[in-house]
Amino acid sequence: MTLAATAAHSGFLSPTGVEIAFVLVGIATLGAALVTVTTKQLVHAALWLVVALGGLAVEYLLLTAEFIAWVQVLIYVGSVVVLLLFGLMLTKAPIGRSPDADSGNRWAALAVAAASAGALVWVVVDAFRTTWIDLDGPARGSTEATGSFLFRHWVLPFEALSVLLLAALVGAIVLSRKRGKEQS
Amino acid sequence: MHLAYPAVLAALLFCTGLYGVLARRNAILVLMSVELMLNAVNLNLVAFDVWLRDTLHAGQALALFTIAIAAAEIGIGLAIVLAVYRNRGSSDVDRLRDTAETDAAEALPDDEYGTEDQATAAAGKAKKAEATA
Amino acid sequence: MTTTTLAVLVPLLPFLGAAAGLLLGPPVARHRPETGLRALLFAPGFVRPLAVLPTLGAAVLAAVVAARQGGGRPIDAATQLTPTGSVPIDLALHLDGFAVLVAVLVGLVASCVQIYSTAYLRDDPRYPSYAALVSLFTSAMLLVVYSGDLMVLLVGWEIMGICSYFLVGHYWETPEARAASLKAFLVTKLGDVPFLIGLFALAADTGTFRITGILGAVANGGLDHPTLIALLLLAGVAGKSAQFPLHTWLPDAMAGPTPVSALIHAATMVAAGIYFVARLLPVFAESGAALVVLAVMAAITMIGSGLAALAQDDIKRVLAYSTIGQLGYMAGALAVGDRGAAVFHLLSHGAFKAVLFLAAGVVIHAAGTNSLAAMSRMGGLTKRIPDAYWTMTVALLALAAIPPFAGFFSKEAVLVAAEHTALGERHIAPSAAGWTVLVAGLLAAVLTAAYATRLWLLAFRGRGAEAPDHGRQPVAMTAVLWILAVPTIAFGLTVGAITDWFDGHALTPTVTTAVLSTGVGLVGGLVTYGAWRHTSALAARTSVGTVVAHPDAEPALIEAQAMTAHTAAYGADGDAPDPADPGRLLLGPLHHHAAAGFHLDALYTALFVRPVRAAASLVRFLDREVVDTYVRGSGAVARGLGAAVRRAQTGNVQTYLSALLAGSLVLAIAAVVFANVNAGS
Repeated sequence: MTLAATAAHSGFLSPTGVEIAFVLVGIATLGAALVTVTTKQLVHAALWLVVALGGLAVEYLLLTAEFIAWVQVLIYVGSVVVLLLFGLMLTKAPIGRSPDADSGNRWAALAVAAASAGALVWVVVDAFRTTWIDLDGPARGSTEATGSFLFRHWVLPFEALSVLLLAALVGAIVLSRKRGKEQS
Repeated sequence: MHLAYPAVLAALLFCTGLYGVLARRNAILVLMSVELMLNAVNLNLVAFDVWLRDTLHAGQALALFTIAIAAAEIGIGLAIVLAVYRNRGSSDVDRLRDTAETDAAEALPDDEYGTEDQATAAAGKAKKAEATA
Repeated sequence: MTTTTLAVLVPLLPFLGAAAGLLLGPPVARHRPETGLRALLFAPGFVRPLAVLPTLGAAVLAAVVAARQGGGRPIDAATQLTPTGSVPIDLALHLDGFAVLVAVLVGLVASCVQIYSTAYLRDDPRYPSYAALVSLFTSAMLLVVYSGDLMVLLVGWEIMGICSYFLVGHYWETPEARAASLKAFLVTKLGDVPFLIGLFALAADTGTFRITGILGAVANGGLDHPTLIALLLLAGVAGKSAQFPLHTWLPDAMAGPTPVSALIHAATMVAAGIYFVARLLPVFAESGAALVVLAVMAAITMIGSGLAALAQDDIKRVLAYSTIGQLGYMAGALAVGDRGAAVFHLLSHGAFKAVLFLAAGVVIHAAGTNSLAAMSRMGGLTKRIPDAYWTMTVALLALAAIPPFAGFFSKEAVLVAAEHTALGERHIAPSAAGWTVLVAGLLAAVLTAAYATRLWLLAFRGRGAEAPDHGRQPVAMTAVLWILAVPTIAFGLTVGAITDWFDGHALTPTVTTAVLSTGVGLVGGLVTYGAWRHTSALAARTSVGTVVAHPDAEPALIEAQAMTAHTAAYGADGDAPDPADPGRLLLGPLHHHAAAGFHLDALYTALFVRPVRAAASLVRFLDREVVDTYVRGSGAVARGLGAAVRRAQTGNVQTYLSALLAGSLVLAIAAVVFANVNAGS
């Protein structure tokens, strides 16, 4: 970022509309994430996870990555969370408040998480406090642009990924088969 | 847009997920926390891609790949959790202590879980029999 | 074959026999069916020939070598195996008249002992290893006798030491034998340490280990420290030849089988020390002080052992003390510088002492006890064992130096040499040494005659219950007695013929000493007889706990039982509370001390054994309580740390992950901080 570009934008005290929206959605997302990891109701955790992931999709949109935003909604909100809910049901997770949702490790976990949050935020703010993203111009992540770079430059990793997904599918099936049937 | 906003948000989300991984007892909740961490990384990837205006769009491509891998991971992870639940009658992470250093490490699993639930004890025995077969 | 080749074969034959016996010998042959070569060799008929024939062959060859050498110039042959640096070590032979004659004696006695052992240990499961060790022992002694190099001589010397340890401990089941074998080994080794240093000093002074070289250097006055070397060597000689103050192992060594006593402690091993001094006499003659020390040592040994022999109850211990006394005569002859007399007495003593020991073995077998007190209450023993009776009588007469038996002539030779030195007719040794040896020798002659008479009277003139009938003694045991009785009777008469072998100077007795010593000997014998007449009346009235072993057992077994039972019955190895003992009357208040060997063992116990034990227990304390504390402490610390680390292994994955992430966080923060600090500076 050149000094001219920096000067062209305003500072913290005069945020643009996109920034305000990003911060607000970000607060909501963070709140939802916090509730997800702290709530004592397991199903609620999954639902709050939907909120957090949806908030992230909005953030992607604000960062002009629209294709990834929709993929986020489709894959995460649509399938991953549904899978998690199924998992909760299959493991007979208690509905309602379960007092032992957190293990005895929570204070150590809190300390580690808080310390790493402090360190990371400090480092990140220290490094990027004078850096601005130029969101003008054509969208970076439009579907057209995404398709073009994905199948022009990344086609080989893309295909390898499909093999990985297949392997994961087979693995999941093998793991979840019932042992008793296998023996009989 | 100030780059610090997405970067700080990603850092905080990552640490939230970290807390969840370390503090949650239910394995599925741990998996959810892992998802949060992955998404924090995704946010970083997208933000820096937009900032750097990379011609290859490496950030967005990697974000897509990460989403795909996350999907695969959640599938495998849930399968493992289900298998553990079926064998042990519990998906609590802090009760899976077979690797603990005890004087009677051999006797621990059957003694501890066998008294809890007869059905799962039978399942555990079946698994043990299979292991020895 | 040349004489040298024959002489090499002499020690080699028993060695090969011993090697074959030890390598192929079956440890427990009768419990296991043997196959192949071992079965062929160790079928019952083959063990004994393998033991007897090599020794017998060596004896014949030694006789041939002696005849060929003929007392002429010494035969020397040497071959150097490998250069060893400063002082060369050769495989050398030095065959002079002494060497060939002693070799004949060793071969003869060893052959007789081997033949005797075939019957004496006929049922012993350890007979093969026993016979092999006897062969090895014989081989080592022959090596000592023939060797012309002091290092090679030392090899034979030490092999004898270790063999005597094994052979004395043959009955290792009995505590007496275990203690005796250890004592024999340790005491002789105690002398061997200064002996080895003396050998090195000698080689350093003369620049060679060859005996001829050393004698040549001595003749040229090449010896710088004669007294020091002679005294160091004398320590080894005193240990090996059982001279005061290192004699205490010999009486205890009677815990071994009787043939072993005959071989080791009469004719060979103890003779090695005397023989060594005889070989290197010019070295000792360089130092008058050493000769006086040797004379005093010999005098104390002669008189002390005579008194002790008079008080012993165990027949073999009497003989052991008499051996010490006769060795004292030999040492006395050397002290007055007459090696011819010393070796002459060594030869005749070897013959008659072998007879005495082997006959004592027969007596113990027949009587079932080794206690003279018990034998004196046993009638008819002479009828049971006439061979042993007659040969032992002859040998005792020889021991008491009654003409015309061998002991008379050899002892005369010693006394003549002492007299000549005392009166100044010989100038090799100081006259003080001569007087010491002469007076002590005459006193010891009285004592010798006294204990010989006492032994004979108590053993063969006992009155009381009939001796148990064990049937006829084996021919192998009685025949060798007669074989050895021949030199006992006749060897002294050849004194005129064998001067060629003894440096050519005459050993014939002179009238003065002959009359004197025979007279005192007769006095000693008659006084003892009188005392016995006085006390034998008591014998009928007081009974002692007699010990009679099972009549059908093999002789060795009976002896072992008798030894154990003797201690059990009388509470001591050598003493018996027998008021009918003439020795008790003769010695008076001295008897108690003499029976205990003048308390030398107790003195050594107080002087050496107790301090060593105290030091050992101190070391044990330091090791157990001090050193081990640190060892245990380090172990406990390691265990504690392990337990602490183990506590962290809870099995909870989340704990592990927390610790892992906390650690990486610390590292990351540290990296960032240091990067900032470095960037800022």
